[in-house]
Amino acid sequence: MKCIVCVKQVPDTSGVVAVKEDGTMDRAAMATITNHDDLAAVEAALRIKDATGCKVVVVSMGPPPAEGMLRELLAMGADEAVLVSAREFGGSDTYATSQILAAAVKKIGVEDDDIIFCGRQAIDGDTAQVGPQIAEKLHLPQVSYAAEIKVEGKTVTVKRLLEDGYMTIKVQTPCLITCVKELNTARYMSVGGIMECYQKPLEIYNYETLKDDPLIDVDTIGLKGSPTNVYKSFSPPVKGAGMMMEGADKATVEKLVSILNDKHII
Amino acid sequence: MAFNSSDTAAFKGVWVFCEQREGVIMSTSYQLLSEGRKLANDLGVELCGVVLGKDIKEDYLKALGGYGADKVYYCNHELLDVYTTDAYTKVICDLVEDKKPEIFLIGATNIGRDLGPRCAARLHTGLTADCTHLDVDVEKYKAFLKTTSTIDVDNTKFEDTKNLKMTRPAFGGHLMATIVCPDYRPQMSTVRPGVMQTAPYNEETAAKTVLERVDVKLDASDIHVDLVEIKKSAKKLVDLVGADVVVSVGRGISSDPKRGIEIAEELANVLGGVVGASRAVVDAGLIAADHQVGQTGKTVHAKIYVALGISGAIQHLAGMQDSECIIAVNKNGSAPIFDVATYGITGDLFKVGPMLTEAIAKYKASKA
Repeated sequence: MKCIVCVKQVPDTSGVVAVKEDGTMDRAAMATITNHDDLAAVEAALRIKDATGCKVVVVSMGPPPAEGMLRELLAMGADEAVLVSAREFGGSDTYATSQILAAAVKKIGVEDDDIIFCGRQAIDGDTAQVGPQIAEKLHLPQVSYAAEIKVEGKTVTVKRLLEDGYMTIKVQTPCLITCVKELNTARYMSVGGIMECYQKPLEIYNYETLKDDPLIDVDTIGLKGSPTNVYKSFSPPVKGAGMMMEGADKATVEKLVSILNDKHII
Repeated sequence: MAFNSSDTAAFKGVWVFCEQREGVIMSTSYQLLSEGRKLANDLGVELCGVVLGKDIKEDYLKALGGYGADKVYYCNHELLDVYTTDAYTKVICDLVEDKKPEIFLIGATNIGRDLGPRCAARLHTGLTADCTHLDVDVEKYKAFLKTTSTIDVDNTKFEDTKNLKMTRPAFGGHLMATIVCPDYRPQMSTVRPGVMQTAPYNEETAAKTVLERVDVKLDASDIHVDLVEIKKSAKKLVDLVGADVVVSVGRGISSDPKRGIEIAEELANVLGGVVGASRAVVDAGLIAADHQVGQTGKTVHAKIYVALGISGAIQHLAGMQDSECIIAVNKNGSAPIFDVATYGITGDLFKVGPMLTEAIAKYKASKA
């Protein structure tokens, strides 16, 4: 048995956000982190490893610097890493990305008792699409929004979040599960893990590595193979500044209430 | 003939997936139909609702016409009673391949965001997630940009196309992106619940709606998961999206979170509203996630939005700045929340909050 975990390195949108003059995000100028939901997916896999001794493979598509993130995940306890990186893969939308990641997962090899994990969504795009789309490309059953996971042999029981509760779903391996960050608290890298992580295998899959897979076609990968593209991107304007009240005492709030009354707001 | 998603000319009509849970159509569907009606009018095509379930009441199906559907395709089947990815994807894809709609809108619920990507991947078409604005008409799109962007619209070239222009926030709301899917059909979009306005119910159009039952090919072997149970949260979740008044708390409560939330509750009570929170407060575990307002939480269009101790990170602003009246209280007079506030008070929420509650209570008593 093994767990394959798809992870993404993302700009930290909660920190300083750099926008270029043309209105696009200046990714190079921003700090990068491992996407939160993906970290939960890695931790879920590591817990299965703790219980069963199975292998954990982390895979990421991205530019060469994403190797640093993969080393960190190896230091957390993952056994092997794969970086999917090639110019031909650049500009992929979620459809094209899932084609490429599905091909990479196939190359790693999906066996009968394997589980593929993804984060529910990445904080840079918030699409939540790549997980289900990989599942479709691999013809695997999917369970998204996992908030609890239990593995017994080849049966995986997942508590799947709804807006107002949850569904409990049983699914057989091989399957794909997308995790929400509330699923667990990811462990830190261990000192031993940091020592070992550079000895662990990290493979690069480029275009050559994957090109023989039928999923890798000029019409289905990269910018050209992406069904969607950006028509316009723009910064939202801030609303015109409102009225700052003077002071912060009783008189201030009473004045505010009288304005709200005059304007029929309350 | 095999289905070909790149034969764009063969696709016609606007569809809305009308999600039901426990036999009841979700309100998001009415929002999407209202929006879909405008798109269908601009294109001069039919608007169809699609309902999958076990035995959906005919009244419910007819009601979809009241929000603009010319036609409703419905599939009744034992295996469609409760959502499963496999069954719903199969039925939806079969139907799309047969009828070929040019636009297909799905509510961006926890179900819609599971179904949408699976269908788009199977159909080989594009899907844009969690959209907040849709246009087909370029002039209307330009008018939209004039009020919502910093783009110099009159001096910018726009490709004149009737393609669906799907606008959504990206990078936690720092950037807005308008996405198109020019070469594949249907143009699919999941739409954020609570963003599109529901049109007034129209009895005349409801009466005219055509209901068409679709027979589905589905058996248990198509479904690869077992649903063990569905549980609703014991605690009643807060209805942020439907609330007229939202009083939200941010990091400013961290010196005494319990009291801070109490102050918000008291103010919400006198105003007849509910309590919201910024992501920082939810992430710190001080309040449940269903209270979260912002890009990763709920989008609210409140009549009154009170922000207590919220600095106004752009990801929070994305979820509340379209509220009609925004009142912000923050110690830091240069906090970004004041850029969107209608009224701002530079002060300590622990002092100003209770005073505001008292003043409003007094005002309400005087009117009673």
